[in-house]
Amino acid sequence: MCTVCGCGNPDAPDDKHAHDHPHEHRHTHEHAHGEARHTHEHPHRHMHSHTHAGSGSHQHGDEAPHDHHHDHAHDHDHAHAHDHAHARGHDHDHGHEHVHEPEPEHVHRADGSIDFGAGPAAVHVPGLSQSRTLRIERDIMEKNNAYANSNRAYLVGLHTLALNFVSSPGSGKTSLLVRAINDLKSRFPIAVIEGDQQTAHDAERIRATGARAVQINTGKGCHLDAHMVAHALDDLALEPDGLLFIENVGNLICPAGFDLGEAHKVVVLSVSEGEDKPVKYPNMFAAADLMLLNKSDLLPHLDFDIGLCVAHALRVNPQLQTLVVSARTGEGMAALYAWIESRMARLAEPRSRAAAPATQVAAASGAAE
Amino acid sequence: MHEMSLTESLVELIENEREKQGFSRVNAVRVTVGALGHVEPDAVRFCFDAVSRGTIVEGARLDIRIAPGEAWCLDCAKTVRVADRMAACPECGQQHLQVTGGDDLRLDELEVD
Repeated sequence: MCTVCGCGNPDAPDDKHAHDHPHEHRHTHEHAHGEARHTHEHPHRHMHSHTHAGSGSHQHGDEAPHDHHHDHAHDHDHAHAHDHAHARGHDHDHGHEHVHEPEPEHVHRADGSIDFGAGPAAVHVPGLSQSRTLRIERDIMEKNNAYANSNRAYLVGLHTLALNFVSSPGSGKTSLLVRAINDLKSRFPIAVIEGDQQTAHDAERIRATGARAVQINTGKGCHLDAHMVAHALDDLALEPDGLLFIENVGNLICPAGFDLGEAHKVVVLSVSEGEDKPVKYPNMFAAADLMLLNKSDLLPHLDFDIGLCVAHALRVNPQLQTLVVSARTGEGMAALYAWIESRMARLAEPRSRAAAPATQVAAASGAAE
Repeated sequence: MHEMSLTESLVELIENEREKQGFSRVNAVRVTVGALGHVEPDAVRFCFDAVSRGTIVEGARLDIRIAPGEAWCLDCAKTVRVADRMAACPECGQQHLQVTGGDDLRLDELEVD
């Protein structure tokens, strides 16, 4: 076995397989290996096609054929260990792996990504490593989902309908909510959780209606998560039998994957945005139960084709419902209120619905332990 | 980029497993990402490097398996394979598909010392 790179080649005597460093690759950059630091020029591409039958372009000091963790068929769909003696903190852009030195290293993958600092033993050779494999099978979203389920159980227990409004920035979510609150606040208690990267502007607009609002600033975050919402729920102290609007960060991508514990995601698309948003951002439209085509008052000035937009949306989500509304003129808002009240009525149904999330919470917290 | 927070969750899960299972280093992390999910594998790789620094996971290899997309065709009344959310049913050509699988995001295995 080669004890330098751990390549597992039984025919490579240790002393014949010396990896002299620094050495030169047939690359468009120079590595200065064996040092704690080096300079690369990036981005670079490795386009070499050397062979490893002893006459290769590497200077191994070894004429014997050896297995060198290369796979020059360049059909990598795996990422094996690769030890360059690099300082940390740079990116490569090539898709092969060398194993040079059992010192600080990184992992080059076929797609060009790299990991640093895997340490000596990360020269991963099946059969040589003493590592063990642990079967984990855990959902990476499980923490978010546990919070979401607990939020949902809490909200269902309060008979409060929670709607998570998602859209790109500028679709008119806040204006929609302001209008809806003004129209509905005499019927039931309404509270709002506002998510924005910065500022409390939206929460202030909501509070001007008299509704209770908590602003969450996500800072660098691009979406609300269920943990943030759990904190906001603590602050809100909701009254029962009400309505909770969650206005997510304006972003048609990231919020799609995060369950906050809402009853429904409502995606808002303004008619000035183009009919094909549902197929451009399918995950969000797939995650939503209701699509609101907002700013319908602008339709006479636009070429927006509502039928085409709905057709696109139904391609990604055959069960998506659509309402055409204008927060400005109030057009279509009555249909939205009817939709909301029909969902609220379902919440008031027997406890069978409420029981389900509670079970999920137990299951989720059990899984998390 | 939500991949950042997802990758943080991944690292947290692993730190979590270390407390339970007691290992001193992680050599490889194997995850499954669904082809129809909301996660871009390349973005996860990018984030993994950044997020894992200074943690038990630092330097570990990240292997990402892509789980194929599955959908229920409302016309054929059966489960079919789909490449993306825009796909038509490979059997009937219609687009009345309800995604039923392939939005996984799962930590499958750890290779540890």
